[in-house]
Amino acid sequence: MHDPVVIRQLVARGRRRDQWFAIIGLACMMVGVLTLAVLLVGLVQDGAHRLEWSFFENFPSRRAERAGILSALVGSSLVMLITASTAIPVGVAAGVYLEEYARKNWLTDLIEINVTNLAGVPSIIYGLLALGLFVYALDFGQSILSAGLTLALMILPVIIVATRESIRAIPGAIREAAYAVGASRWQTVRDHILPYSTGGILTGVIIGLARAIGETAPVITIGALTFIAFLPPAPLSTEFPFVSFDWLESPFTVMPIQMFNWLSRPQAAFQENAAAAGIVLVVMTLVMNGLAIWLRIRFRKRIKW
Amino acid sequence: MVGNMSNDSGLRIATRGGDAPTAAPSKAEVRSLDFWYGASQALKNVSMRIDACRVTALIGPSGCGKSTFLRCFNRMHDLTAGTRYGGDIRFFPDDVNILDKNIDPIEVRMRIGMVFQKPNPFPKSIFENVAYGLRVRGERNRAVLMTAVEQALRDASLWDEVKDRLNDMAFNLSGGQQQRLCIARALATGPELLLFDEPTSALDPNATANIEDLIHRLRDKVTILIVTHNMQQAARVSDYTAFMYLGELIEFGETDAVFTRPTSKRTEDYITGRYG
Repeated sequence: MHDPVVIRQLVARGRRRDQWFAIIGLACMMVGVLTLAVLLVGLVQDGAHRLEWSFFENFPSRRAERAGILSALVGSSLVMLITASTAIPVGVAAGVYLEEYARKNWLTDLIEINVTNLAGVPSIIYGLLALGLFVYALDFGQSILSAGLTLALMILPVIIVATRESIRAIPGAIREAAYAVGASRWQTVRDHILPYSTGGILTGVIIGLARAIGETAPVITIGALTFIAFLPPAPLSTEFPFVSFDWLESPFTVMPIQMFNWLSRPQAAFQENAAAAGIVLVVMTLVMNGLAIWLRIRFRKRIKW
Repeated sequence: MVGNMSNDSGLRIATRGGDAPTAAPSKAEVRSLDFWYGASQALKNVSMRIDACRVTALIGPSGCGKSTFLRCFNRMHDLTAGTRYGGDIRFFPDDVNILDKNIDPIEVRMRIGMVFQKPNPFPKSIFENVAYGLRVRGERNRAVLMTAVEQALRDASLWDEVKDRLNDMAFNLSGGQQQRLCIARALATGPELLLFDEPTSALDPNATANIEDLIHRLRDKVTILIVTHNMQQAARVSDYTAFMYLGELIEFGETDAVFTRPTSKRTEDYITGRYG
């Protein structure tokens, strides 16, 4: 065993295996990266020339060259606004409750398993639930409100899980320090738990929203229209009472549905519109993910355990 | 000295604590304290008194329950599900039982401060760390906070090192400075009793010496109960020493007496280094 030749052979064999694994791993990675790259390049080739200012200003049209994504862009933004403003408070509060307040017993275990499973439920199931609950039972109609709430339900588990995980990353010693000077549970949550977990929570929130913005199935299920040549009523007006919530009940369309609609048409010109809308959607998602990464780095820098 | 004492009498409370040289009023009296983590009993029938403005040290091998005992004083165990107290800790001058179910643990923690094993400053500025206890009590006046923060930092002998950078993050301080910051945080609210849970075990010898000096000076202002793994430290800083073993109080008395004339064989074995 102490023969240098034998040792050298052993080392050489280990090295060869290393190299083999490196090559296989690289190949596997390339499958993913190249596929994505080809997809993006294809999108850009097809759609880039449609990306001019008028494309963002125009409503959908029967003539491909005059069609635009204005209503879809506004629809997506408003739906996201509803989704974010309902899912964030509910999800964060639920996560904080489960981590900081709830007693650890079989019931919270059950809830934990359910929340994790909910994150994996196919999105169309949320669409069906929303159709029954929001559209019919609560009579919100096929509106921006219904869609926003549906997507909020869908990303709620993502936010809850992200909140819980970033709270769990806070060392117990910090909690003890707060309690030891006489802080109440709420003071500890408000002054320590939430501020120190903001980075992780925001990351989860943005990743959830990025998923929601591209969702088609649940929004189609609740009956989003595909041809919308008008904008929802403006939320602010010059007349009393200045603020209006009529837009909540307005019919709408969103980016992926607009894309889907164009894709289903036979003319090549509409396929180009779909590609252009695809580019916009991908860029929106990338920007959101980039924002998530930036926030994570920014908040992590201040806090080191 | 070793070996001529063969009696191994289990629980024995030295009466020596009662007739200390300068008889101090008692700050707390522990009466047959039991404590359970779920079904396992971690403290068994512990009784002792804590004299006001004195340093009382708790020594004993790992797992003997000394930290568990310390954490009963500020009801830290209430944060863990399935824990249970038995017996009383009477707290003076008002003679309340701080283990009473009707006493809110937050009320107890407002009167009894704690410094932990590892420095655990908040990821906030030096100022905010020290001011936090007052903020919790609703203090908003910047001038009042500033005065209290300065006083606490002076008491913790940290003021000169940090007075020019109160808005720096606490994490930028060295380990020893962080621990003194945690002491300042505990002192800022004027606690009546200060609990130290092995406060120097994560520090280098120099920082340890600083903390020990500090504890020495603090005893005029506040009653101190300190858990330590280090017997020399107990001998250096404390007036009274309690030796615990397997959840029981084996011996309690003046530090000099416990270290030079231990009455129990176990204490003697421990302080002479036979185990632990």
